[in-house]
Amino acid sequence: MARPKLPFEFLVALRFLREGRMQTALILLGVTGGVAVIVFLSQLISQLQATIIDRVLGSQAHVVMRPLEEANQRALNDPASIAVIEPRAQRLRSIDQWEAMVKLAEAQPRVVAVSPVVSGPAFALRGRASKSVALMGVDADRYRRIVKMDGYMTRGTFHVEGTNAIIGIELAKDLGVTVGDKVFVRAAGGRDELLQITGLFDIGNKDLNRRWVFTTMKLAQSLLDLPGGVSNIDITVTDIFDAQDVSERLQAGSGLTVDSWMTTNSQLLAALRNQTVSNNLIRSFVIVIVALGISSVLVVSVVQKQKEIGILRAMGTSSNRIMGIFLLQGGLVGFTGALAGVGLAWGLLQFFSSVYRTGDGAPLFQPQLDTGIALSAALIALVVGVLAALIPARRAAKMDPVQAIRA
Amino acid sequence: MTAIVSLRNLRKSYGVGTPVETEVLHGIDIELDEGEFCALIGPSGSGKSTLLNLIGLLERPTSGDLAIAGSETAGLNEQALTVLRGRHIGFVFQFHHLLPAFTALENVMMPSIIEQGVATADAEAIARDLLLRVGLKGHEHKKANQLSGGQQQRVAIARALSRSPRLILADEPTGNLDTHTADDIFALLREFNRERGSACLIVTHDPRLAARCDRRIELVDGRVAHVSSA
Repeated sequence: MARPKLPFEFLVALRFLREGRMQTALILLGVTGGVAVIVFLSQLISQLQATIIDRVLGSQAHVVMRPLEEANQRALNDPASIAVIEPRAQRLRSIDQWEAMVKLAEAQPRVVAVSPVVSGPAFALRGRASKSVALMGVDADRYRRIVKMDGYMTRGTFHVEGTNAIIGIELAKDLGVTVGDKVFVRAAGGRDELLQITGLFDIGNKDLNRRWVFTTMKLAQSLLDLPGGVSNIDITVTDIFDAQDVSERLQAGSGLTVDSWMTTNSQLLAALRNQTVSNNLIRSFVIVIVALGISSVLVVSVVQKQKEIGILRAMGTSSNRIMGIFLLQGGLVGFTGALAGVGLAWGLLQFFSSVYRTGDGAPLFQPQLDTGIALSAALIALVVGVLAALIPARRAAKMDPVQAIRA
Repeated sequence: MTAIVSLRNLRKSYGVGTPVETEVLHGIDIELDEGEFCALIGPSGSGKSTLLNLIGLLERPTSGDLAIAGSETAGLNEQALTVLRGRHIGFVFQFHHLLPAFTALENVMMPSIIEQGVATADAEAIARDLLLRVGLKGHEHKKANQLSGGQQQRVAIARALSRSPRLILADEPTGNLDTHTADDIFALLREFNRERGSACLIVTHDPRLAARCDRRIELVDGRVAHVSSA
């Protein structure tokens, strides 16, 4: 056996831990379990939330700009008048100076993509079938950065020109058509056009698969009687949780109605927030319990090691260094437990991702461990370990060496 | 000869400020010279251990002056006392008090590890040599609790000597050993005292051993009752 290489405090801390085998093993087990629960839960919830948000935003723009709703004006500005104000029926209108608005949106920080859309109601007719659809006149290159259509295409590519159209698989089934077939589209105003189907998509939402019909902007403008106009402007932002912020600024800057996905899906967002709050609550409790565990084991250890503490003091160890030895024990237990806990969490993720699957057999979540979550859990465990050791360590430092030796 | 320990009117009370305040040392005046081999004797409860703890800087006197190696200790803080203790004083306790989690060699090196922060090659060489001298060659890597009582006390002596202290304080170092082993241990202390010039203050109940010291200080009821030289 060579002479010990470790610095004094490490050497003594490690030997003390090794000597208290059972205690050390139990508390390590506790920290491991605690860290594993925290990492596993955090990972699971953040992944499930990401999946949900991803699904919701898979077919939705982060921010949408629309014309202001039309409102009736009072004919007489006389409060005594008994005029009745009825809500006005909204007609399809274009955004005023939409090109300037697109430029305005593009100039905003945190905006990734901007796509003007000409959308309105129409009927798709074939034989005796007549289906109500939503005509979507888009610039394909701009729109694919709002909704990732390329990933949803089952036939053909997401590209529109002339009288070509791209429709969803449900609509194709309803009308009995496929790529290469023609479909007749008539808008509410009576204008119609024969469209050639060049692609089919599956967005993962039956309703949208049945309703969306993509054409060029020009064709949609003429069918919907919106010459040169667009009905809304779709926007993608860098961080989805910036959407509300961006939409508020756009609203102030443009005077249009601007909605973010966060207001349109406020219930979903509230649910996600509640989930995060309960996750944090569980985490805090686990941390407190782990800290109490470390603390109580070390308190017992200080009492057991009274004599050793006295001997070390008599040999010239300052009370600060005695304190350091016990803080180190807390830190070592926290850190080692954290490493084992991250390992255990990884194992749990592997296991549960193979057990829990979605309806179509795909795993409900990915088994990868986020490095950030793992690192922060390890760091928290280290800090909690040291903090939990504070009370026992101070007790050890305050111990009277004479009493300790006699004990 | 210069004094390694110098006590002037040293008093120690316990429970100061409470109704049960008791003075256990009533003004002790002692000087211990460098290299002196001195026994501290007296009946149980006479204050021998308390005096030893005061000299060892493990406790503070209630009043009076205490100087170790020429340094007055009254104004020193805890940290400075720890440094002074580590540098000049080696302890040998009655119940050998080794660290059970460490080997014999590590126990002997411990005072040096405490001072240096790590175990140095020099410290290891010194520790091995000391273990050889106390007759424990081959036992270096045994854990403290795998050794017999006599062996443990030898390790404790080697440990007390490892920093070459100018003062060794031994609280009944042979108290729980059989006569033969006790003689060996005593002889060992005496040998190191002659060879290295470390002063020794030995608390003992054994009159045979006390008779073999340079000087005997007898404590009765917290006062120096008698001092005799060989």
